[in-house]
Amino acid sequence: MELDLVTYAVPFLLVGAKTTLLISVFGVALGLPFGIALAVIRTSKNRMVSRSADIYCAVFRGTPMLVQIFVIYYGLGQLSAIRSNPVIWWIVGDSLHAAILAVVLNTGAYTAEIFRTALLSLPRGLIEASQACGLSVWATFRHVKFPLAVRQALPAYSSEVAIIVKESSLASTITVLEITGHAKRLMSETFAIMDIFIITSAFYLMMNVVSLTSLKLIERKLSFAK
Amino acid sequence: MSFDLWVLLVERGWGFALFRGATVTLAVGLLGMLAGVIMAVPLALLRWRRLPIFSQAVDGYSILVRGVPGLLVIYLLFFGSIEWVQRLATAFGYQNSADSAYPFVIGVVAIAAISCAYSIEVLRGALDAVPVGLLEAAKSLALPTHVTFFRVTLPIALRLALGGLNNVWQMTIKDTSLVSVVGMQELMRSAAIAAGITRSPLLFYCAAAGMFFALTAISQTLFSHTERFFNRGFSRG
Repeated sequence: MELDLVTYAVPFLLVGAKTTLLISVFGVALGLPFGIALAVIRTSKNRMVSRSADIYCAVFRGTPMLVQIFVIYYGLGQLSAIRSNPVIWWIVGDSLHAAILAVVLNTGAYTAEIFRTALLSLPRGLIEASQACGLSVWATFRHVKFPLAVRQALPAYSSEVAIIVKESSLASTITVLEITGHAKRLMSETFAIMDIFIITSAFYLMMNVVSLTSLKLIERKLSFAK
Repeated sequence: MSFDLWVLLVERGWGFALFRGATVTLAVGLLGMLAGVIMAVPLALLRWRRLPIFSQAVDGYSILVRGVPGLLVIYLLFFGSIEWVQRLATAFGYQNSADSAYPFVIGVVAIAAISCAYSIEVLRGALDAVPVGLLEAAKSLALPTHVTFFRVTLPIALRLALGGLNNVWQMTIKDTSLVSVVGMQELMRSAAIAAGITRSPLLFYCAAAGMFFALTAISQTLFSHTERFFNRGFSRG
């Protein structure tokens, strides 16, 4: 591998990495609370409400993210009601915003699945005990259910974060130039396919290592056994 | 509106085009998954036996492919091979057939490479999870190594691997949509072509989503039946 190629490719990929990071950070920051909310809704007693959240998760987990991103970016723009609403159009009309929306909606469904299993695995006795102590529904969730469920869900959620970083590459299909988009352009420009692939995968593997180790640290910090 | 739908989907034949795309998706998914699992079995065995150099090589392959986006793997395989495949095809006079079959072949290879990496992890985990007591029992009965492997280890490991392989399959069928970016005419590409010509992207992308959903839902149901069949005689949980 020539050094020239590396010095030529890396600056482009660094610019792309900024976009990938931006999409991933929004994916975690908005997708995590959204997923937790969905999980709570899915475990609620109201049949109608929990059913509709179930259907949402099944649809987003059962279709490829490429289709979701195309429906959002190309499909929704067709409706004049959406084009005339400035707030929605700000989200859907811009390719970067549409990509972030798609990532958030998609990861929300998977996160909900992770947290739902965590919430269902909580020991009944603890919840009965908190009810016997007279804690309100919100206090039970805030002080009993949530702290335990988070610790239960964290290992599975850390692999979901790695998936978010990978899925953000689909933004390149709607003209957002993130790492994969730049890599494709560099591949067809320099013809050094293998070299560009190796440099690009180093970027992704580095991001994975950073996100997985930081989540591992959080996991250790939260664990009861020091 | 419903009249428009009828004209678009039936009289102009776009519904049929989508359906044909869905069969290509299913074919690529099945072939890719099959090839992936067939490649994964020996690699998982190498990894499981911890053969010095091979084991690290398999690990490296699996970490690399699972760590980078599928799109990137597809770009590597597609752009990396197109030049010399074309040269080879021209030399032997198969220019036309190579042009038409090429995206399909590379699509299957790429999907197989991705599903193989995930299958290795599933199979290795299943092999590791076979209870040691059973293997010791086989040893104390003085069963030869290959008998122990084929009559004890493998049947139990495959049963344990079933759930994980189902997850890999669900992921694989969704990953086939990525191959559309290099021009293979599967479901996603058919939908994109229809959307471009008729200028109604919402309808066709939603239709494609519906078809993908049907594929994953049907295979999930089939899987539940298979799992029940293989787990007969075992207690649940």
